[in-house]
Amino acid sequence: MKQKASKGTLKKVLRYIRRYSFFVGLSVLLAAASVAAALYIPILTGRAVDHIAGPGNVDFAAIFRILVQIGVIIGLSALAQWVMSLINNRVTYRVVRDIRNEAFEKLQRLPLSYIDSHPAGETVSRLIADVDQFADGLLMGFTQLFTGVITILGTLGFMFSVNIAITLVVLLVTPVSLIVAAFIAKSTYNMFRLQSRVRGEQTGFVEETVGNEKVVQAFGRERRTMERFEEINERLRACSLRAIFFSSITNPSTRFVNSLVYTGVGIAGALSVVGGGLSVGQLTCFLSYANSYTKPFNEISGVVTELQNALACAARVFELIEQEPQIPDAEDALELTEAVGAVGIDGVCFSYKPGQRLIEDFSLDVKPGQRIALVGPTGCGKTTVINLLMRFYDVTAGSIAVDGTDVRNITRKSLRRNYGMVLQDTWLKNGTVRENIAYSRPDASLEEIVEAAKAAHAHSFIKRMPKGYETVIGEDLGGLSQGQKQLLCIARVMLSLPPMLILDEATSSIDTRTEIRIQKAFAKMMKGRTSFIVAHRLSTIRDADVILVMRDGHIIEQGDHRSLLEQGGFYAELYNSQFAKT
Amino acid sequence: MKKLLIYMKGFRKECVLGPLFKLLEASFELMVPLVMAAVIDTGIANGDRGYIIRMCGVLVGLGIVGLACSLTAQYFAAKASVGFAAKLRSALFGRIQGLSFSDMDREGPATLITRMTSDINQVQNGVNLTLRLLLRSPFVVLGAMVMAFTIDWKAALIFAAVIPLLSIVVFGVMLWTMPRYKQVQAGLDRVLGSTRENLTGVRVVRAFGREQSETEEFQRENNALTHLQVFVGRVSALMNPMTYILINLGTVVLIWVGAVRVDTAIITQGAVVALLNYMSQILVELVKLANLIINISKALACAGRISGVLDTEPSLTAPRDGRSAESSGVEFDSVELTYNGAGGPSLSGISFSAKAGDTVGIIGGTGSGKTSLVNLIPRFYDATGGSVRVGGLDVKGWDLGALRGRVGIVPQKAVLFTGTIRENLLWGNENASEEDLWDALETAQAKEFVLEKPRGLDEPVEQGGRNFSGGQRQRLTIARALVRKPDILILDDSASALDFATDLKLRGAIARLEYSPTVFTVSQRASSIQHADVIVVLDNGQTVGVGAHKELLESCEVYREIYESQFDRGERK
Repeated sequence: MKQKASKGTLKKVLRYIRRYSFFVGLSVLLAAASVAAALYIPILTGRAVDHIAGPGNVDFAAIFRILVQIGVIIGLSALAQWVMSLINNRVTYRVVRDIRNEAFEKLQRLPLSYIDSHPAGETVSRLIADVDQFADGLLMGFTQLFTGVITILGTLGFMFSVNIAITLVVLLVTPVSLIVAAFIAKSTYNMFRLQSRVRGEQTGFVEETVGNEKVVQAFGRERRTMERFEEINERLRACSLRAIFFSSITNPSTRFVNSLVYTGVGIAGALSVVGGGLSVGQLTCFLSYANSYTKPFNEISGVVTELQNALACAARVFELIEQEPQIPDAEDALELTEAVGAVGIDGVCFSYKPGQRLIEDFSLDVKPGQRIALVGPTGCGKTTVINLLMRFYDVTAGSIAVDGTDVRNITRKSLRRNYGMVLQDTWLKNGTVRENIAYSRPDASLEEIVEAAKAAHAHSFIKRMPKGYETVIGEDLGGLSQGQKQLLCIARVMLSLPPMLILDEATSSIDTRTEIRIQKAFAKMMKGRTSFIVAHRLSTIRDADVILVMRDGHIIEQGDHRSLLEQGGFYAELYNSQFAKT
Repeated sequence: MKKLLIYMKGFRKECVLGPLFKLLEASFELMVPLVMAAVIDTGIANGDRGYIIRMCGVLVGLGIVGLACSLTAQYFAAKASVGFAAKLRSALFGRIQGLSFSDMDREGPATLITRMTSDINQVQNGVNLTLRLLLRSPFVVLGAMVMAFTIDWKAALIFAAVIPLLSIVVFGVMLWTMPRYKQVQAGLDRVLGSTRENLTGVRVVRAFGREQSETEEFQRENNALTHLQVFVGRVSALMNPMTYILINLGTVVLIWVGAVRVDTAIITQGAVVALLNYMSQILVELVKLANLIINISKALACAGRISGVLDTEPSLTAPRDGRSAESSGVEFDSVELTYNGAGGPSLSGISFSAKAGDTVGIIGGTGSGKTSLVNLIPRFYDATGGSVRVGGLDVKGWDLGALRGRVGIVPQKAVLFTGTIRENLLWGNENASEEDLWDALETAQAKEFVLEKPRGLDEPVEQGGRNFSGGQRQRLTIARALVRKPDILILDDSASALDFATDLKLRGAIARLEYSPTVFTVSQRASSIQHADVIVVLDNGQTVGVGAHKELLESCEVYREIYESQFDRGERK
C-alpha cells in the first residue's frame, strides 16, 4: 500500500522532470562517462606500476605514454563531472521552482474551505520546508544514485575483465556488508522512533510552557514545571544515547567488512601473482577497485533513505496541488460592472460540514442603499454571512442574487469588485503605504491615493511616518496601531469605493479617538451604498434598516430595532444586558 | 561561548577517551598500505605463500582491533554529546524559568523555543561529530603524509605540495559558498513570507481580485531564489572535479618520480603502491573534513545563540529576606514604568489606592497602559519610579512567592495547558478540594459546560486548550485563578469572548465571593466597570481620572467620551 503510494508520487515527480528529459539524459551519459574514466585510471596506474619492476628495469617511454593518457582522461572526467553537477543543479532547482509555482497558483484557486480548515503554518511548511527537503533528496539522488550504481556495475565489469576469480571473491563478501548495514538499520529504527517520540513530547512541553512562561510564573509553577521537564529530559537522554550509539556503529561495521573485502582481494591477488596469473600492477588496480567498489554501497543506502524522505515530502506537496479547486466560473458567467446594489437572499441554507445545521431557509430582500446590521455575541457566525455574500463559500441550497442575477452566474472577480470589505482582521501587505492603499486599484495616481487617505482620516498619521506614503509596512512590522491599520484598510476601500460594502465595526483594541475617526469614515462610505455591518455600536444597530441577530451560527431573529425589542427575544435580552444598568 | 564548556565537565573521561580511540583506529588504518607493500615486496617477490597469508592475517587483525577501537570511541562520543545536551537543555530551561517578564518580552517565546529544541540538537550533533572526527581527519591526512615520508622523503614531497593545494580548493570553495548559502536562506525566507502573507490575507486578496498579481509576485521571488541557488550550486559543483584533478595529477607525478627512484634502486615497487594508497586516503579524509567543518560551524552558531540566553542575568530578583503583609489593599504612588529599550515611559504618575475588598475598574484605549498597570501588582515588572504597595508594603520588599501566591490573575490570552480540566484548575492551588474546584467553576460561569463534558473535571485538554471554544477557555482560566481564593483578583480584559449576559452573571458572582478579594477589572467596555468602587481612566499611560462612575462622568472628559461612544448620549442616564 505504502509502496504503491510512493510509486504514484515517483510518477508525478517524473512528470515534472520530463520537461527537462534532455538534460537528465545528458546527465546520465556524463555520469557514465566520468565513472568509466575514473575506473579506467586504476587500470592505467596498474600498468604503469608494472613497468616499474625494479632497478634498471623501468620502461620510461611506456610509463610516459600511460601518464599522458591518464592526464587526458583526468581532464575529460573532471569536465564531465562538472557539467553533470551543473545540469543536476539546474534541473533540480527548476523542478522545485515549477512545483512551488504550481502549488502557489493552486492556492489562489483553492476554495476558502480548504484554507480555513488548514492552519497557514502547515500549508506554508508544505510549500517551503517540504519542497526544500524534496530538492535536497532529488539533487542527492541525481548526483549520487546515478554515479553510485554506475560505479558498482562498472567496477564489477572492469574487475571481471581483469580477473574472474578475484572478482568472485569480492562479489561473495559484498553482501555481508549490506546485511550488516541493513541489520543495524533495522534494529536502530525502533530506537530512533522512540527517540523522536520522546523528543516530540519534550518539544510539545517546551512549546507549551516556554510559550506561556508568563502564566507559569504568575501561578508560581516554575519548580513543578522544572521537575516535569527534568523527568522528560532524562528519558530523552537515555533513549538518545542508545539511538545515537547504535546508529553510529553502522559506519565502523561496514568499514570493517570493507577491510575484509580488501584483505580478501589482497590474499587472492597476491597468491595469483605468485602463481603467475596476475601482475603486481593488476593487483594494485584491484586493491583500488576494492576500495572504490564498496564505497558506493554505503552511500547508496544513505541516498535511498534520503530519497524515501524526499518522496514523502513530495507527496505532501502533491496532496496540496491535487486538491479539488473551487468550481470555476461558468463559461457564460456575467461580468458585473457597476451593481445597483440590490441583494436578494432567497431560502438560503448553509453549513460548513454536512450534517451540521447552521443557516436554514434564510430569506432577505435588500434594496439598494439599505443598511443591514449583523448582531450577536462573539463567535456567533457573523463571518458566515460575509463568506456567503462575497461567495467565499457557496450556499448549499437556495440562492443569493445581486441585481437579480444569481451570484453563481457572475464571475467571482467582478462580484467581489462590487463589494468593499473592511474587516477587523486588518491584513496589510508587506510593502509601502502607497502600495497598500492602491491594492484595490493598482493604477491609481498618487493624488487619488492621497485623496482616499484623506477621506479615511489616515492622511495625517501617514504624513507623520518616516517616509510618508513610501514607508514600508507589513504583516508583522510594528509601528502601526491596530486602529491605524484599520484606517489604512478603509483608505484601501475608499480608493475604489464599490457600490456595496461589508464593514466590521471595532469592538476592542482601538482607542476612542481613532474609533471616532473610523466611525466618521464609515459613515462617509455608507452614504447611498448597500452595506452590511457587523455592528457593536448601539447607534449603528438602531439606524439599520434590518438587524440580523445571530447566535451559535444561526440567524435567530430578523427585523428592525423597534420590532425586535417588542418581540422580547434574544435581541431584547442582549440589548438590556449590554446597555442597561445592572 | 566558553561558558557552555562547564556542562562538559562531567564528561572529561569521555572527551579524552573518545578521540583517543578514534586516533588509535586511524593509526591502524594507516598501517594497512605498509602491510600491503610488505606483501608485494617480500611475499610476492620471494613467492612466499605462507608470508602472504600471515600478512593478510595481520590485516584482518588490524581490522578487528580498529573496529573495537572505533566502537569504543563512538560510545564515548555518544555518551558525552547526549549527556552534554541533556545538561545544557536542563540549564537553559531552568534559566528560562528564572527570566523576568521584561527579559521574555525581549527574547520572545519563539526564539526561546528554538534555542531549547533545534539549536540544542544541532549542538549535540556538533559535539558528537567533533569528538569522533575533528581529530581523526587531520590526523589521517598528516599521518598519511608522515608515513609517506618514512617510505621515501623525496617522493613524499609531492604530498607536501598536493595537500595544501587540496586544502585551498576544498576550503576556498567552502568559504565562498557559506555566506552565499545564507543569502539563499534569506531568499527562501522571502518566498516563505509571501506564501504566509497570501494565506493569512486570502480574503482580502480575493475580495480585491488580486490573485493574478499575487501569483506574479510570488513567481518573481521564487525565480530570484532559483537563480541564486543555481549560481551558488555552480561554484560548489567545482569542488569535486577540482579535487579529483589535483589528486590524480599528484598520482601521475608520483608514478613518474616513483619510476625514477625505483630505477635507481632507492625504493621498491611495493613502496610505490603504498604511496599511491596513501594518496587516495588523503582525498577521502579531506572531503570528510570539509563536511565536518560545515556541521561544526553550524553547531557553533547555535551554541552562540544558546549561551546568549544563558548569559542573560534575570533583570528582576526576589529580595533575600522578603516579608509579607496581611492586608490586601493596593496603593500606587506616582508610579512610572519604562520598558527596557522603550523610548518613553508606558506609565507615568499613576497614583490611586484601593482598600481590601474594593473593586477597581481600569479603562482606556489600546496602548493606554492598562495591562502594564495591573502587571505591576504581582511584580511581573518593576516600577521604574514611585512605588506599588500591597498591604502597605512595597512589592519590592515582598517575598516574591508569597506575593504572587496572594494574587489570582486571569491574563488577556486564555491559555490552558495539556492535561485535564482538573489539572489545569489545580494550577491555582495544588491542595484544592473537589468542592473548591466546583465552587470556582460555578463562580466563573463554567460549571454548566464542564458538567456536560462526558468526563467532567477529567475531560482532557488538548494543547493550548484548542478543544474548547474561546469563551469556555476564558471561563476556565477565570476558574483557575479563583481556585486559589486569591486576596487580589486581576481580570485583564478576560471577559471579551463572553456575551454580555454571561459577563453580567460573572460580575455578580465575583461580587458575592465570601472571601471578598480586591478585584481589578481591566476592560474596554464601560458597562463592565461602571459599578466599580474606584475607576482608573488611563490615556497614553497617564491617569486622566480616578473616582466613581458619577464623578468621572462629570469631571473626566476621556471617560465621558468612552462612555458615550458606547452608550449613546441621552440613551440612558
